[in-house]
Amino acid sequence: MASLPIENQTTNNRKSNKKKYFLENVSSKVFLFCALLSVFSLLLIIGFVFYKGSHPFIAEGYSFIDFIFGTDWVPSEDQFGIFPMIVASVYATIGALIIGVPVGLFTAIFLSELAPKSMAKIISPAVQLLAGIPSVLYGVFGLAIIVPFLQNNLGLAKGQSLLAVILVLAIMMLPTIVTVAETAIRAVPKTYREGSLALGASEIGTIFKVVVPAAKSGIMAAIVLGLGRAIGETMAVILVAGNSLIIPTSLTDSMRPLTTNIALEMGYAFGTHQEMLFATGIVLFSFILLLNFVLAKISSRGGN
Amino acid sequence: MSTALLERNKESKEEELSPMNQQIEKATKISVNDLNLFYGDKQALYNISIDIQEKQVTALIGPSGCGKSTFLRTLNRMNDLIDGVKISGDITIDHENIYQSHDVIQLRTKVGMVFQKPNLFPMSIYDNVAYGPRMQGIKSKRELNRIVEESLRGAAIWDEVKGRLKTSALGLSGGQQQRVCIARAIAMKPEVILMDEPTSALDPISTLKVEELIAQLKKDYTIVIVTHNMQQAARVSDKTAFFLNGEIIEYDVTKKIFSNPKDQRTEDYVTGRFG
Repeated sequence: MASLPIENQTTNNRKSNKKKYFLENVSSKVFLFCALLSVFSLLLIIGFVFYKGSHPFIAEGYSFIDFIFGTDWVPSEDQFGIFPMIVASVYATIGALIIGVPVGLFTAIFLSELAPKSMAKIISPAVQLLAGIPSVLYGVFGLAIIVPFLQNNLGLAKGQSLLAVILVLAIMMLPTIVTVAETAIRAVPKTYREGSLALGASEIGTIFKVVVPAAKSGIMAAIVLGLGRAIGETMAVILVAGNSLIIPTSLTDSMRPLTTNIALEMGYAFGTHQEMLFATGIVLFSFILLLNFVLAKISSRGGN
Repeated sequence: MSTALLERNKESKEEELSPMNQQIEKATKISVNDLNLFYGDKQALYNISIDIQEKQVTALIGPSGCGKSTFLRTLNRMNDLIDGVKISGDITIDHENIYQSHDVIQLRTKVGMVFQKPNLFPMSIYDNVAYGPRMQGIKSKRELNRIVEESLRGAAIWDEVKGRLKTSALGLSGGQQQRVCIARAIAMKPEVILMDEPTSALDPISTLKVEELIAQLKKDYTIVIVTHNMQQAARVSDKTAFFLNGEIIEYDVTKKIFSNPKDQRTEDYVTGRFG
């Protein structure tokens, strides 16, 4: 009789173990499903965009070369050349980098190396919050402040220009660059700093000769990520770009990058016109893919 | 405690030494007077007073956390890097109070340091050794070449690395790296070299090489070395200071510390009864 309760207990245990294993199984499947969902979405989007975008070149006899290097975009006359937009996108991104990278990098250095703790505690969250502002608000800010400012001070007919886009994008890429670069700089072993300071190097000398070179791959990653952010940005750019279909020749020219072309016209386009917008998406996607490839290269090199 | 000894040291600086003295006393290089150090509210060093002679090896021994590394780092003001460190008392090097002068950079070129783990920068061997001189504004290639060769020879590692000066310093073995660290330190032409357990991360053969190097270096430099290894202290040093709980318990000629210590606690420590 005395052994009975014990037996009961073990069978109970076995039952609950079975239940446990079942739960374990189910939840791991749920996790797998969630993980596959993003891969699935990615493939779906790529497939859809490529299917739609490649159609005119495969089935309708349009030349891909003319599409890339053509300078006229007049859908009503069956002319689809996106060269001005490619140039606009590249200019805007490079311009944003020229301003955003030094400012972002110096901010990251300041936060990780020089700022007293109390000050870093204020600046760091502020920079991160900058990343949380919806991009349309950047656009509105650009339209309300930067555009009129440029218009008045540079004597332009229209303040919406390449320069306005560059300024807005430079601000938008800051949080990415600052956060990633700061992490990279903080990861540099303290012993490097000590070694350098013990050799009579100044703090700034130490930062530029030892710390920043040691964090090089992380900083490059920060720049590439910021670049990706700039090249893909749409909403903020629409509002300040002016959207003219010309190859920008000066900072004050109005311009239309790849992203805004899609956003502006997709609403009413149909047929070949719509497919050409998807093709624009392919070009944009290729840029981002290239950047990601570069990023992977950089981080794998950093790992070694 | 060691006050009597200190006074004797001070006197010997001015007077001619009597041949009666077994150990020939050299001039005082570093003089520490009543040094107290706090990390925030916690006191780490208590009333440290010690005179360190030039062109000798002075070993600091004691159990972990006794303050010997902290003390070493006060000598080139590396403790300045830690938030909340407060210091009272005087440290003079060549009769100059190092905490009154604000030129930390100048101090650190005069007082070099070698760390526990080799901490070469991720650059070539050449660039590592040339780092300090370059920071001081030396640009001439010829001059830099000369300094690099001289320093690497001085650290007894020239023959091992002369063929690969332009390759990454991190490809060297730990022992070689540590000797390049020493070369990097002497490239600054310091007068004092501080060593913070320089062999604790090295194998016995590399340790031996570094110890031989220390014996050579003391002809030209004043060396202060922190070590956990008592045989090492006995082998390389001329004088030894025993630290315990942030105080100097005993400071004397190394032979005396190891054969005939005055304080019971020193004896317990050097005979391995604790620590």
